[in-house]
Amino acid sequence: MRTPSGHKVYGMGAQYPSAATLYEAAKLVRDAGFKRWDVHSPFPIHGMDEAMGLKKSWLSAVVLAGGISGLLTAVIVEFGPSSFLFPLIVHGKPTNFMTVPAFFPIMFELTVLFGAFAAFFAVLIMNGLPRPHHPIFNWERFSRVTNDAFFLVIEARDPRFTEVEARELLERSGGQHITIIHDD
Amino acid sequence: MDAAPTAPEVLDDGASRGVERVPLVLNRRSFSWLTERISGVVEQPAPRWWWVCFTITGTIAMFGMFCLGYQISTGVGVWGNNIPVGWAWDITNFVFWIGIGHAGTLISAILFLLRQKWRTSINRSAEAMTLFAVMCAAIFPGVHVGRVWMAWYLAPLPNNYAIWPNFRSPLMWDVFAVSTYFTVSVLFWYTGLIPDLATLRDRATTKIRKFLFGFFACGWRGSNRNWRHYEMAYLLLAGLATPLVLSVHSVVSFDFATSILPTWHTTIFPPYFVAGAIFGGFAMVLTLLIPARAMFKLHDIITVQHIDKMAKVILLTGSFVAYAYSMEFFVAWYSGNAYERFAFWNRVFGPYWWYWWVGMLFCNCLSPQLFWFRWCRRNILVVYFVSMCVNAGMWFERFIIIAGGLHRDFLPSSWGLFIPTWVDIWTFIGTLGIFTSLFLLFIRFLPMIAMSEVKIVLPEADAHYGSTTDHHPAAGTKERT
Repeated sequence: MRTPSGHKVYGMGAQYPSAATLYEAAKLVRDAGFKRWDVHSPFPIHGMDEAMGLKKSWLSAVVLAGGISGLLTAVIVEFGPSSFLFPLIVHGKPTNFMTVPAFFPIMFELTVLFGAFAAFFAVLIMNGLPRPHHPIFNWERFSRVTNDAFFLVIEARDPRFTEVEARELLERSGGQHITIIHDD
Repeated sequence: MDAAPTAPEVLDDGASRGVERVPLVLNRRSFSWLTERISGVVEQPAPRWWWVCFTITGTIAMFGMFCLGYQISTGVGVWGNNIPVGWAWDITNFVFWIGIGHAGTLISAILFLLRQKWRTSINRSAEAMTLFAVMCAAIFPGVHVGRVWMAWYLAPLPNNYAIWPNFRSPLMWDVFAVSTYFTVSVLFWYTGLIPDLATLRDRATTKIRKFLFGFFACGWRGSNRNWRHYEMAYLLLAGLATPLVLSVHSVVSFDFATSILPTWHTTIFPPYFVAGAIFGGFAMVLTLLIPARAMFKLHDIITVQHIDKMAKVILLTGSFVAYAYSMEFFVAWYSGNAYERFAFWNRVFGPYWWYWWVGMLFCNCLSPQLFWFRWCRRNILVVYFVSMCVNAGMWFERFIIIAGGLHRDFLPSSWGLFIPTWVDIWTFIGTLGIFTSLFLLFIRFLPMIAMSEVKIVLPEADAHYGSTTDHHPAAGTKERT
């Protein structure tokens, strides 16, 4: 989809005066059946996930996997050297099952460490970040999104997207400054 | 919460009982006021006092660096450590600094899980304080190994001699605990910073600022599809950091508790150390935030209510600590062990007697008791005085535990005393300089208050704000889950 001046269209955006109006608008767009759209706000709005029809984030599964891999790493790193490569009897304690509690602190630490790395990298990768250039930044109003402004953007690649229908919906939901956002 | 209130009555804002909750941000400030005020600290030229402070702390930090260089190039002998006191100021400073870090993680992680919304005004700076304190802490065991260039033996790396670390040693646990603690704290802090860095990126006026903030903000655009994963990651990082912070000082206490020395060999150490760490850490948070709040006129964001709450935490943990001290004396008497009894008698009346009377008794046990009184919790001068007492008292406590435990051994023939050298003294003062310099740089270049988080506690952030279906339309600060 292109504008008369030949620009490729990314989508159509609207600004909302408050978190509450954005919340109501999101419910309207969700019920209209759009799939490729998003809301933008300076802070997470409680309840917005349901208003947009999003399910619980599955990031927790990645963190669980990270934690388990950390635990297994600790088991290998500790028992490999202590039981096989360099068995050392200190304080009269052999490296058998009875001394396992002394290995627990490092297992715990590596579980937490790997879990935290998993959380950090998962949030970046699942959000497609870092992405310094995004078509939405072409909209000059959008720079206030990190300050006090609330936006809703419907993407042009949504199968239901037509300029007329999107504009009508955004107007009906109380959107202001409704604008076509260029892709380039 | 569209039609019917789902939360039980006890969780409401108190309006039904005629108790009005004081808002967390005073004077009904707007979102953009918060952005302007907090970003303004970073964007305006550094005030004169900042340069004065930074020059002083930077100079002190240079003394510390010089002492570290001298110690590394000459050897551990430049310190006053000698048998029987093989651990002295170095390990005291290590435990002191690592303990201070704990308040930051408590505020950022534990209070987050407990849904204490007041934490949003102070969590960013407290987390930064954690990082800088852990950096200062890591210096001491690092140089205490003597030959710093051999410190890589601490890591389980394959080497020519086929020597591996002893994973059953508390000192090894310490290596993993402290390095994990630092790494996780950095990840948690940076994850929290991303939306605020995006704010600074969008406000940047110069090319270099735009590039740097843009680079570190990772292209954040406040999308709710992103917030969804972000909030989950933040929750899980808090969930991981919570047991971590409790484990770190427990592991530090194992360094002592697993030995057989009187006063060290006690099972009460892990909870006692953790409570002491939070106690000392909150005192340091107040020490840093009270001046910063006054200098940058942040009274509407870091309110007296915040200071009051922190004072309550100090009172609570200070009372834990006082209980632990008394229990140590009781157990020493009750155990019937002559060495334990002597060690505690020696703590109070021995050569380091005044450390105990001033540091442990007055500073740690008595001074926080002032916070039973509301007037004291809300009087900035009293709060500052008590935090200073606690800062000093917690250092004395660690010295008493460490050197106080070592200087009177089982054999009177090996008794000795610890006398610090100028290198000991200036290395410690130097780390105070490094710590305050890093904190000054932090408040200069990064937002010291988590803007995106403080905005959530404003009433306008509620998706039902102003709606007629809301059961508490006037309640500005309702706690939402």
